[in-house]
Amino acid sequence: MREGLDHWPFVFAAYAMGVIGTLGLVAWSWWGMRRAEARRDRSREQ
Amino acid sequence: MAPMHAFANPARFLRLARPLTAPLLIVGGLLVAASLWWGLVHAPAERLQGDSVRILFIHVPAAWLGMGGWTAIAVASFVELVWRHPLAGIGARAAAVPGAFFALLCLVTGSIWGRPAWGTWWVWDGRLTSMLVLFFLYLSYLALADAASKDGDGQSRIPAIFGLVGAVNIPIIHYSVLWWNSLHQPPSITLGKSEMAPEFLWTLLAATVGFSLLFGGVVLARMRMILADNQAEARLRRRAMEAADA
Repeated sequence: MREGLDHWPFVFAAYAMGVIGTLGLVAWSWWGMRRAEARRDRSREQ
Repeated sequence: MAPMHAFANPARFLRLARPLTAPLLIVGGLLVAASLWWGLVHAPAERLQGDSVRILFIHVPAAWLGMGGWTAIAVASFVELVWRHPLAGIGARAAAVPGAFFALLCLVTGSIWGRPAWGTWWVWDGRLTSMLVLFFLYLSYLALADAASKDGDGQSRIPAIFGLVGAVNIPIIHYSVLWWNSLHQPPSITLGKSEMAPEFLWTLLAATVGFSLLFGGVVLARMRMILADNQAEARLRRRAMEAADA
């Protein structure tokens, strides 16, 4: 451990990247799937 | 082999994947939120590493899934090459984006952890360098898979061969801390044995299971996306050919 260095900014930075990145990945994949399935359904109806 | 071939039919696969995708994402998300909250608020500071030890609950699952993602790609590539399973290539492609993300998250959180723990953001030792190589392998795989999907079915063996050959890096990452001198600590958890205190171990296990469920949900969502795209493209192409014939 490095004495005199406040660890909390490092902890918050790591958690923020993990949480925001994971939420972004899940949202991108979920909406990409919904969009692709809607496009497939539209092409079926035409 | 029978259960594997049963899912060669996309319709049968979708009957299983549709009801599983959202529950995996929801349960995984709740488990990750609970374990990260516990790790941030309730887990104690560690004697040597202080409060920075809390980064463990993101860094270790990210490392596990970065390596696990490529292992999945290698297994799916093997199945694609040997049995020509139609969903194996799609599964491998679907695992590449979340795998690359978790490999990058492992590198970034490791670098952030390295500053308070080692006094440096980065060292070119075996563990960090081989993990960086894994991230570059993911980028190369994604580029190859994208090119293969545009060129048609005949090229799809190239990403599969690359996925299989790239798996040689996985044992290198795992054993790097034993083979070479490194600032990175050796594994704290091995099969049947843990040197980690229970207050860290259980939170870490919950976070790892939660992130793994999220990974599974994302892979299913991306497989459904690729399948839907392929079906829409095939339908449009067929219609264009019918219009040209008429």
